[in-house]
Amino acid sequence: MAKVIEGLYYTESHEFVKVEGEFGYVGITDYAQSQLGNVVYVDMPEVDDEVTAGEEFGAVESVKAASDLISPVSGTVVEVNEALEDAPEKINEDAFANWIMKVKLSDKSELSKLMDAKAYEEICK
Amino acid sequence: MDQIKQTCLHDKHIALGALMSPFGGFDMPIQYTNIIDEHNAVRHDCGIFDVSHMGEVLISGNDAEKYVQHIFTNDIAGAPAGKIFYGMMLYPTGGTVDDLLVYKKGENLFFLVINAANIDKDFDWMKENSKGFDVTIDNQSESFGEVAVQGPNAEHYIESILGIECHELEFYTFKEMQVGDEKILISRTGYTGEDGFELYGSHDFTRSTWDKLVGSGKVKPCGLGCRDTLRFEVGLPLYGDELSADITPIEAGLGIFVKVDKPEFIGKDAIVKQKTDGITRKIVGIILDDKAIPRHGYDVEVDGKVIGQVTTGYNSISTGKSVCMALIDANFKKLGTAVQVRIHKKLHSGVVTKKRFYEKNYKK
Repeated sequence: MAKVIEGLYYTESHEFVKVEGEFGYVGITDYAQSQLGNVVYVDMPEVDDEVTAGEEFGAVESVKAASDLISPVSGTVVEVNEALEDAPEKINEDAFANWIMKVKLSDKSELSKLMDAKAYEEICK
Repeated sequence: MDQIKQTCLHDKHIALGALMSPFGGFDMPIQYTNIIDEHNAVRHDCGIFDVSHMGEVLISGNDAEKYVQHIFTNDIAGAPAGKIFYGMMLYPTGGTVDDLLVYKKGENLFFLVINAANIDKDFDWMKENSKGFDVTIDNQSESFGEVAVQGPNAEHYIESILGIECHELEFYTFKEMQVGDEKILISRTGYTGEDGFELYGSHDFTRSTWDKLVGSGKVKPCGLGCRDTLRFEVGLPLYGDELSADITPIEAGLGIFVKVDKPEFIGKDAIVKQKTDGITRKIVGIILDDKAIPRHGYDVEVDGKVIGQVTTGYNSISTGKSVCMALIDANFKKLGTAVQVRIHKKLHSGVVTKKRFYEKNYKK
């Protein structure tokens, strides 16, 4: 059974965002990593890139397939998780701890359009 | 749309919780646990694959050898029984109908193993081109099951767990033997770049072989996912990727399996012409500088110009490098040529290299 964490926001395309103040940490959910299998590459955005809610910001690749990453939020990328460059498999080990990008949120009202843990748990069934 | 077929081991894959997907018209296991563990089991120990989807055709009759020489690119003349040849069937254009194995069972008796997706097409092709030959072409695909037992410890497990002696078999040879009340066939062949064997028999034999090897806990069930990563790393072609009706064996770098000194075979003229005039496209290896993954169909570019497409690509499990095979303009085929692959809109640089990204460990 895939893990879902309370207090995070979720998308239907299986990204999460963890909000701390004016920043959001964006990654893929435990359910997403379990469906993908061995993650071998993460195509990450660059610092200072603008991302838009609902639009692609990169891709996660398993051995067999590439899966686009859709940003749950809009804003400016202030940090990417460089540890994933050498060890993308960390996403399989703990998807929630290994966020992909940190975004300075430009519009926190967008968060209300995302799912909470309970709603997300339902779509993973 | 034809109904999707199941192999005789289908229920066992489901019971093991395999991720299933259509391949070659069959519902096949892609992975049981994960591709990386299954891949490594074959490289370092032993894995078993259900390859019952492969097609088997028996050719017999007074003209069987002459006929196989006519449709097949390799030269089987004078071969002893028990020998196996790899080669292709070609269209008159030199494009590839299929790549296959030919097992010589006896005088004018040959067992052909063909790709699952091509069974109907190949069988039709064989029949169409048999006019004037005294041969019987028997498609036995549905009565055979097949497992591939692959890896450095394959011989040990087959002998100790199945009690089937196989150490005396040389690479690309086979024998038929009595097991219970049926005659089975075992060959030292495979599609992984490792030592290993393929066992052909009835559905019952295939099921009991699977149960014994998997049930021992020693031999890991492996899906088509790692079958592809394993064959790819050692530069083996997959029909549909590196060979097709549009790609000749010369373009694929497989000229060694096309014997143009044979008196005659379908496609010979086109191949001779390609060998004389030179080819305009070639399948090469490309190794990327970073870990982005080049996948089938992605463009290969030089100086902003598209020079070809990726045929198969992965982050190689055995080497950790991102590598691919690609069909490119032959002007750029030289080893060391700098090229770029377009992956998710961005260009990633790499160089042309040998297609063998990992050394084969065959027992010869």
